[in-house]
Amino acid sequence: MPAPRPQPRFPEPDTQPFWEATKEHRLTYQTCRTCSKVVFYPRRHCPHCGGRDLEWHDSKGFGTVYTYSVVRLNRHPAFADLGPYAVAYVDLDEGFRMLTNIVGVADPVKDVRIGMRVKVRWDDQESGISLPMFEPA
Amino acid sequence: MAVQSRDAAIVGIYEYPRRRAPGVSVLQIKAECAARALEDAGLTWKDVDGLYDAQDGPGMAGLSLAEYFGFKPKVIDTTAVGGSSYEFHASHALRDIQRGKVKVALLTYGSTAASDARRIGTGGGMAGWGAPSPLSNMTEPWGMTLISNYAMVAHRHMYQYGTTSEQLARIAVATRAHAMRNPEAVQAMKDLEFENIREITVEDVLNSRMIADPLHLLDCCMISDGGGAVVIASREVARDTRQKPVWIIGAGEATKYVENDGDITVSAAAQSGPVAFGEAGVRPDEIDVAMIYDSFTITVLVCLEDLGFCKKGEGGQFVSEDRLHFQAKLKPALNTDGGGLSSNHPGMRGIFLLIEATRQLRGQSTSQVPDAKLAVAHGNGGQLGGNHTAGTIILARD
Ligand SMILES: [Zn+2]
Repeated sequence: MPAPRPQPRFPEPDTQPFWEATKEHRLTYQTCRTCSKVVFYPRRHCPHCGGRDLEWHDSKGFGTVYTYSVVRLNRHPAFADLGPYAVAYVDLDEGFRMLTNIVGVADPVKDVRIGMRVKVRWDDQESGISLPMFEPA
Repeated sequence: MAVQSRDAAIVGIYEYPRRRAPGVSVLQIKAECAARALEDAGLTWKDVDGLYDAQDGPGMAGLSLAEYFGFKPKVIDTTAVGGSSYEFHASHALRDIQRGKVKVALLTYGSTAASDARRIGTGGGMAGWGAPSPLSNMTEPWGMTLISNYAMVAHRHMYQYGTTSEQLARIAVATRAHAMRNPEAVQAMKDLEFENIREITVEDVLNSRMIADPLHLLDCCMISDGGGAVVIASREVARDTRQKPVWIIGAGEATKYVENDGDITVSAAAQSGPVAFGEAGVRPDEIDVAMIYDSFTITVLVCLEDLGFCKKGEGGQFVSEDRLHFQAKLKPALNTDGGGLSSNHPGMRGIFLLIEATRQLRGQSTSQVPDAKLAVAHGNGGQLGGNHTAGTIILARD
């Protein structure tokens, strides 16, 4: 068994609601009621206008790979023996970009492409939260 | 060329020669470099009235460093923005000198990253340390190494512009050629147990081990010990120093971070570059020597574009023409000391960009560009594909 992945740590009031929602496999993001823009990662204020009236939403969990890399070497014990794995920025259809992993492919070196359509796949963690990852849609 | 302001000049430099320095502390490296850079300038310990440092020593750097050195500076600046901190410091020193607050500014850096076996690029033990932040909570669980962050910029650059691994490799090839002429860089590669300490080819880079697609081992900088110091003085002081002054004629600072609709192939240099070049009244095509932060080959390619050496997306073509090497036909020469790729990268390389640019404008480089008149030192701090800073300094000789 590899060591557990680094987990989000609390108290951290900006991101805590996001991680709470993952326990129900809900991928959440915010919009600003003042300027209507999408806010991600979650915050108490809007980084576009400074507004403090934000609204939470559930994403449908579909998006597009914006860019990626396949990690061949990570000495952190949670990742050291995983073999090559893909990290990526995924652009969700609702308009936010998140860091994630692309999973559910036979060979990440050959099977991950920029522009490919992906959907969320949850990876439940022992800490109780679930990690949103993405697989081909 | 426009008439630039010549209010402050680099008058003293020193690069710590060893890349493995077991048993020596960060503070000791800084103090030795400070003493020798002042010696280089013909100035003394007592002349320093401004201290600039990126807080990489023991706690409360501004205080503890002044006390350790034995200074009572009038200005303390501990701006810490990663590898570009020293370009920020040079920019701030220029400002403080122009305001009459400082006459002799000292910039210091020291690191024992290699001796501490800090695995900066490949997932050290950083995750899970320190107080949690929104950013740490939204990045650490997915195992993005620092190298893979830069690799994501490279992938997207390839996707948008057709840039190739061969083109990126040319940057590593030119840098290694310069390193082989620099005895300290050659010793560094020996001390850090590089394989094949020789000039390399594009094929060597492509055949080196993939670390994070599409970046190979030879696309990545080394992790060394090291340090350095730079002395920046007012015009009045610079008149009487030992070395020819190297004037700071333009300075720009910027930040960039991940945005929902952002373009990851554009760095903060797109903001800092025009400010610095505008202030200097010179164009990128006039620059003889480009000291660009080469944490990875992709960093150089992106920054060359964003600084305006070529159009966005044309960096691959630009580095493939007959340039980068100090004897090439076209400007600019790149990282003539051997760079972070092949000479010295203790974690925050920005100070060495200022040091080698100064050597070039004095005529003291081991890969001297004939009659070099103008140089740019461009630092990138943080992560190119994530949150990062850019500091651009334009330098000119008399
Ligand atoms: Zn807003």
